[in-house]
Order: sequence, then C-alpha cells, then structure tokens
Amino acid sequence: MNVQSPPEKLTARDYATDQEVRWCPGCGDYAILKAVQNTLAELQADPKNTVFVSGIGCAARFPYYMETYGFHTIHGRSPAVATGVKLSNPDLDVWVVGGDGDMLSIGGNHTMHAIRRNVDVQLLLFNNQIYGLTKGQYSPTSKIGTKSPSTPLGSIDNPVSAAQFALGVGGTFIARSTDIMQKHLSGVLKRAHGHRGTSFVEIFQNCIVYNDGVFKRFTEKSVQAEMQIHVEHGQPLLFGKDKDKGLILNKDEMRLEAVTLGENGITEADIAVHDETNRSLATMLAQMDPPTMPVALGVLYCEAAPTYEASVHAQIDHARKDGEGDLAKLLHRGQTWTVE
Amino acid sequence: MSEVAAIDRPDENRQEIESAVVRFAGDSGDGMQLTGSQFTMTAAISGNDLATFPDFPAEIRAPAGTTFGVSAFQINFGARKIMTSGDQLDVLVVMNPAALITNLEDVKPGGIVIADSGAFTDRNLAKAGYEENPLDNDSLEGYRLVKIDMSRLTVEAVKEFGLSNKEALRSKNMWALGLIYWMYGRKREASVDWLKSKFAKNPEIADANIAALNAGHAFGETAEMPAELGTFEVETADISPGVYRTITGAESVSLGLLAGSQLAGLNISFCSYPITPASALLHHLARMKDFGVITFQAEDEIAAAAAALGASYAGSLGITSSSGPGIALKMEAIGLAIGTELPMVIVNSQRAGPSTGLPTKTEQSDLYQAVFGRNADAPMPVISVSTPSDGYDVAIEAIRIATKYMTPVMVLTDGYITNASEPWLIPDPSTYDRFDVTFRTDPENFQPFMRDDTTLARPWVKPGTPEMMHRIGGIERSYDTGHISYDPANHQKMTDVRAAKVNGIANDIPEQEVAVGAAGGKLAVVGWGSTYGPINRAVANLRDEGLDVSQIHLRYIWPLPRNLGELLHSYDQVLVAEMNTGQLRTLLRSEYLVPAEGLNKVNGKPFLIAELEDAIRARLEN
Ligand SMILES: Cc1ncc(C[n+]2csc(CCOP(=O)(O)OP(=O)(O)O)c2C)c(N)n1
Ligand code: SF4
Ligand SMILES: [Mg+2]
Repeated sequence: MNVQSPPEKLTARDYATDQEVRWCPGCGDYAILKAVQNTLAELQADPKNTVFVSGIGCAARFPYYMETYGFHTIHGRSPAVATGVKLSNPDLDVWVVGGDGDMLSIGGNHTMHAIRRNVDVQLLLFNNQIYGLTKGQYSPTSKIGTKSPSTPLGSIDNPVSAAQFALGVGGTFIARSTDIMQKHLSGVLKRAHGHRGTSFVEIFQNCIVYNDGVFKRFTEKSVQAEMQIHVEHGQPLLFGKDKDKGLILNKDEMRLEAVTLGENGITEADIAVHDETNRSLATMLAQMDPPTMPVALGVLYCEAAPTYEASVHAQIDHARKDGEGDLAKLLHRGQTWTVE
Repeated sequence: MSEVAAIDRPDENRQEIESAVVRFAGDSGDGMQLTGSQFTMTAAISGNDLATFPDFPAEIRAPAGTTFGVSAFQINFGARKIMTSGDQLDVLVVMNPAALITNLEDVKPGGIVIADSGAFTDRNLAKAGYEENPLDNDSLEGYRLVKIDMSRLTVEAVKEFGLSNKEALRSKNMWALGLIYWMYGRKREASVDWLKSKFAKNPEIADANIAALNAGHAFGETAEMPAELGTFEVETADISPGVYRTITGAESVSLGLLAGSQLAGLNISFCSYPITPASALLHHLARMKDFGVITFQAEDEIAAAAAALGASYAGSLGITSSSGPGIALKMEAIGLAIGTELPMVIVNSQRAGPSTGLPTKTEQSDLYQAVFGRNADAPMPVISVSTPSDGYDVAIEAIRIATKYMTPVMVLTDGYITNASEPWLIPDPSTYDRFDVTFRTDPENFQPFMRDDTTLARPWVKPGTPEMMHRIGGIERSYDTGHISYDPANHQKMTDVRAAKVNGIANDIPEQEVAVGAAGGKLAVVGWGSTYGPINRAVANLRDEGLDVSQIHLRYIWPLPRNLGELLHSYDQVLVAEMNTGQLRTLLRSEYLVPAEGLNKVNGKPFLIAELEDAIRARLEN
C-alpha cells in the first residue's frame, strides 16, 4: 500500500502497483498501461474510488498493475460484473478492460448489453486481433486469412468491427486510438472518462509475439499521416501530412469519399465537418479502412443520455419518496386472519 | 339483491370428517386458480389447517378445451395438522372433458366427481380425446358422479345483469365454488368481500359473480342436489394463536431474502434471468423497491451471476436466482465467488431435467449440481427449503452464512414448494437476531486474504474505502496478501483453507434433530426439501400403528450437521426418500459409510403418503 492520500498531487507512478508487470517485452499493453496511469494522474482521479474490472486474457491482467481497487474476473464477463458494481455503488469510477476475444467473442453478449444499457463505465477494448494469452489463435476481429495455430490455412470467417458493433447496439460514446499514440490515447481516455454512460474505446494494440505488425498499414510512421484521420467535433475531416486530404460526403451514394484539396475543384468548403452526435456519420467513419481510406481515430460518436444505474436508482428513490418500506407491514400485506 | 341469498342453515346431517382433499380443474380460462385460492382462504378463516398445490399448464395460452390447457388447484384441509396437499382426491370438480380425462386417476375409489355437463359438448369431448361422453356411459362407475349443467345454471343466475353469454360463463367457477362451500358448510362472506374489492371498478361483474356463487350454494341447499352426495363438516384444527396469511415458497424465500438483508444491514442487488419456476422470485423482489431492493434482469444467467458478484464486491448483497439449466450457466461465476471469497446467495428452484426437461414439474435433482457441480475443488454451503413457509428462515440463514463466512451459499428449493402454499403464522421481524456485517476500514496491517481465526473468513472491504486499495481475482491468491501466486505449495494451502472454512460451518449450525420419533431404532427415513410433508405424515401414521420408524429431515446439505453420521449409524436401516435417482443417498453413503437405501421417484409429482407408508412397511416387515 504505497499511496499517499490527497491533497498531495498524485503522479502517474502513484497509480502503479509494486507487482511485476508480466506482459511480453515490447507488448503494446505496456504503452496503454502508461497512458492510463498518466491520464489518471492528469485527472487526479481518486484511487480509492477507482475500480478496474477485467475478464481474462493478456489485456485483462491490467487491474493487477493499477494501484486502485481491482477485480480480475472470468473470461468475457467483466461488463456484467461491472454492471453489478455500478448498480451497487454508482459513485465508483469503473474502468473495464479486456481483449478482443474477451469482449467480442465469449463476452460479446455482455458487451452489447452493457453498452445498450449505457452503464456508466469506461470500456477499454485492447484489440490485437488475436488471442494472446492462449498462444495466438485467431480472434473475432482477425482479418480473413489470418494464419494461426487453429487456422493453419488461414481464417475464413468475417471479422467484426468493434466500433461498428458498439455503434450498432446504441453506444453513446465510441472512440478509437492506438497503443503507440500516447498523447492521442490520453486525450481519448480523458474524453471517455468525462462521458456519463458506457464509453467504448477501441485501442489498436500490437501483440508483438503472435500478431506483430497487423496494424502497420496505418500505424507505421511512414504511412501514419496518410492512413489515419484524427476526427474532432466541429472540425473539417482533413488528413495527410499537409492536411491536404479530406473526406467529402457523396450524398448520392451516401458514403464518404477521400479527396485531395485542389483536385477536381475541391476546396475546404466541400470537406465534411465532424459531428460526433451524428450516428450515421460515425458509422461511415468506423467503416473506413486502408488502403482506400484512412482509419478514423478519436471520438467518433458522443451523445448525452441517462445512465442505467441512475435510472435504476431514480425508480428506487421514487418508490421510497413516501418513506422506507416496513417489513412487518409487508409480511401482513394481503388477506390475513387471526387464530385465537 | 341480498348478498348472501340463501341462509346458511345448520345441517344436522353433516358427516364429520377429519380432512378432505378437493381439486378444481378446468380450462386455463376457467379461473380455477382463483377458485382454489378463495376456497383456501375460507378454509383458513374457518380454522382448518391446510396445504395447497396449483398445477398450471406449461403452455401460456393453450387452445381452449385441450388436455394441455388444463389448470388445476388442489387443497387438503383438515381438523388436524396437514402435511401435504393430499395423496388422493375426495372431490374432483371438472369444468370440461379435458379436465376429467387428465385428473380422474387421482380421485380415490368411490370419490366424488362433479362435472359441468354443459361443457361436455361433442367438440370438447373430441378435443379431450373421448369417443363417447363419459358422463353417459358406465366408465365412471367406480365414482360418485354428479352431473350438473353449471354452464346453463350460471347463465340463468346472472341473466339479470345483462352480460353476454361469454361474459356470463366466466362466473361459472364461482357457481362451482358456491356448491363446494355448501358441501362443506362454509361461509361465503370472505369471497363476497373479495369479489367486491376485486371488481370494485366493474360492480356488475362483481354482482354477477356473487349471484353465481349464491346460486351454486342455493342449488345444494334446496335439495336440487342428489342426496347421495352428502354434506361434510371439517372441524377447526388445533392451531397456535396469532395472525396468519397463506404463503407460497416463492413468497417466503423473497421475503426471507429481504428480512435477511435487513438483519445483515445490507442492500440487496438481486440479479436474475427469467426461467420457470424461478421467475416468481424476480417478480416479488422487483416490487420491493421501497425497501431499496435493486433488481436487475440480466441478459442471461451468466451475466446475472456475474452482476450479483460485482454487487457483492462493491459492498451490497448480491443474490442470483434460477432453475437447473440456468444454475449450470452460473457455475463459473460461482467458482469465482468461491475463489475470491465474496458473499453471494444463489437460489435454485429445481425442476425436472436434464436440459429443459419438464419445466413445470418438480424434482430434487440438483443436489449433485449444488454440492459438486463446479470445476476443481470448490466447496460451497448448500441449504434447502422444506415447506412453502420455510423459505423465510432458510433465506435468512443463507445470508447469515454467506456474510459471516464470505462465501457463496446455494439455497435449494423446488417447483413444488415455489408454487404450493400453506398458512403461515406471520413472524415478528424484530424478534430475529441481527448479524450486522462489518466492513473492514482499518488499513493497519490490512491484507485482503488475512483470515479471521475462528471463521477463517477474509475481511470484506468496500471499494471506496481509503488506503485499502487492493486487487482480487480468479488466479490463485497468495495466502494473506491475495497477490497472484503460482506457487504449488500455496495452492495446496489455499485449497485446504477453503475447504476448512466451509467444513467449519458445521460448528455454527444446529445439530441434526429427529423430526418424528427417536434417535436409534429400526428405521430412519431421511429426506430433504419438499419431501418433508409426506414423509412426516407417513412416519407419524406408522408410529401410531406401533412401527419403529423415525424421520430425519435435513435443512443443511453442505456441510452436513456435525452429529449426522453418528445419528444415522444409530438405526438398523436408513431409507433416503427423494425425488431424484439417489443423490442425497450417495452423499450420505460416501460421507458416513452408512448402508443407506433409496426410495426414489421422478414422475414430476411429490411423494404420496401411501407410497411412503408402503415402502416403510416393506422394510420393517421382513
Ligand atoms: C471460460 C474460459 N474459456 C477459455 C479460456 C481461455 N482463454 C483465456 S484468455 C482467452 C482469449 C484471450 O484473447 P483476448 O481476449 O483477445 O485477450 P489477449 O490475450 O489477446 O489480450 C482464452 C480463450 C478461459 N480462461 N476461460
Ligand atoms: S502474447 Fe501478445 S498480447 Fe500477450 S503479452 Fe505477449 S505480446 Fe502482449
Ligand atoms: Mg486479443
């Protein structure tokens, strides 16, 4: 127990435990851990009110490294456990961490329901498109053709897009970032933390051992500028090293197109402006993939909506407005009779 | 018109009987459950002891007139202690042919069958599978058959209210009730009052029902009734004084969970997924919001168990409830509760299986699942409910054990207990001993898995407590610190201490008592759960005859009471009667090396007293 209590200012290191971190050297999870610890320090989050809940997987080891409350649960069920935590104590600040297998395969159902209920948690999906902990089988986010111990000839089933899934089930906050973009990731995490409701954050994470480089088509330094678009509410959807590329909405075909300013008479006025309250736009952004389109990172969607646990407690408060129930009275409710 | 038209004249010729079993059976739409519960209430007010059993169809809206759409309600009431809803029927009231064909076999030889002949139309006969009308041939010769065109008489009785024929026929259950009230010399006031309040918004419907009730009663009174039917008198039973209500198993468990949480000083987070027959608990608790009860209908049973555990982790009492197939889904989360040593209550309303099995039929076949049904060495206390009202105390006990020992506890109840009802002397909640939970808040020398010396329980710390941040999880935890530990010696130590903690609960529960009879002797009949009533009556009857037989009924299934081995060894023979193929018997044999034998059945119906008596006799006579 090495935590100082406020008002002393907490640093990122105060959010780290004394436990040895056991991810493979070079794993993207280290960078995410650092970004989360930095973010909590920036937010001066109260460690005693912060809870990390996780399922099973490499990613799900996360809580052991956070000097907060932590519950490492069972494979896929962390969104359900976290729902119980929030119902029981809505004041806790709950982060849910898991991998693509944990949250979209075995736990896809719980992820869906936590999101559609809008339980007030930050749900961080570490997407490495592989099952790391079980030694490299393909996952539901793996691209078709992924060779793995269980798919020696390449996987044949369609992958799911995490962000599109979250948008489709009615998510109120959907954002994306990558493990190696510390500043960007930290900005996204802060937005996620500020949002009331389920903040779904897909973090592209490199598994150096079993799926090294799967995201390099947009994370490699040389292609980053051309293959990533960092969306910001109210800002034109521009990208490219010189911000000379952008997205326009083709209204006839209802889709986004990548264009270059100055070509075919395109000016900045033609470029679509990001509106994070527009679910259709967010869905189109989430669909984009290299090489034809850049990957959209940042807050794709954000909408204010009541949280599940607040509504649950509002019903309870309403039921109690005329006073707390009386057990003795309840036992006597309905028809009774007296035996002399 | 006067509310109670016919006068309740004393009938000199009433035959006095000790108890009677009556079943009302009809189509789902005939209101048999209401009829039964009205008769129950009146019997209770008349001072009888009683037990009831409703039998609903599995289908929600089965087509009218079909055998699978038959709904029935049975009541056993008497001047003595009533232990079961009754083996065989003295009186069967049937509102259509389907009700006759599906219920006739339960009528005792020479019993009374009262049929609404107006509903025995060609169409209804065909739907029930009758080739000829059984009321007109000699197929019911072994019974005292009373054919009455209740349909027509009801329509006539309610004519003045200007209802449609269809609406008028809805009152025929009240006509039948009136007739049975007359047979047993019962007063109609309570039902009249109830009808008036139930239909306060539709006074003409209330009046029509009251008129039908009175007409049925008058029909009996005015000698329109065949003389051979007879009238009966069931005296008041010797019942402890106090205020009573009827209670079903689902109600008693729900109320007990609420009471237990109050005694522990905790809020409830009840997380469940609908399944027959467990859903009733979710429905009851969902209406207790004014007590701060949180109910959560999860996306599946796994989520329900996981959310309950999350709620316990956060410092309230997580409870989850289901039936066999759903309990199977919860087991991994229960294993996590065992490993992380968090309190949780799991209510299992057992039903016939495997798989979907017979959702509406009762069974006791989840004992193995409860005691053994998890991966690895994962000990968990299991306690069982024996009667519809017993659920109150059992639920309280489950919460006491769960919170004192930081462990999940499974409560076993079953479909029969869940739906059956009995009178309940309403307890005074303030007379129960409190067992307030103390959360650890002192960071001095705190370790998440440091144990209490006597209970071996670890401390319960709410997230939000200053300076006590820690991590727990499913990977084996180091003794005391709770850090991840892959050390084999530590795993041995932790496995041993988890077992020792649960076994130690045997020192904190009552010694096993003999329910009827004495310690030692020729034969002990051992049971658990809903077989209590029939075993009790069968053993008491045979002891009255002078047979050396005793009843031992278990509430605590795991750990077993500390004196149980010695007690069982004090009998020459041990017979374990249960509605499964021998699960408790196997447990007792393996724990105590007693040569226990089994009396087992799984036909969806509770034991009959007679079949228990036969089995006991067979063992004592050779
Ligand atoms: C019920 C259950 N099934 C299977 C496993 C084995 N298992 C553990 S983690 C995992 C998949 C991990 O993949 P992912 O969630 O993507 O996490 P990563 O390791 O890639 O971070 C599997 C299949 C388990 N622990 N529990
Ligand atoms: S297997 Fe992959 S995801 Fe897991 S720790 Fe190693 S690098 Fe990271
Ligand atoms: Mg993964």
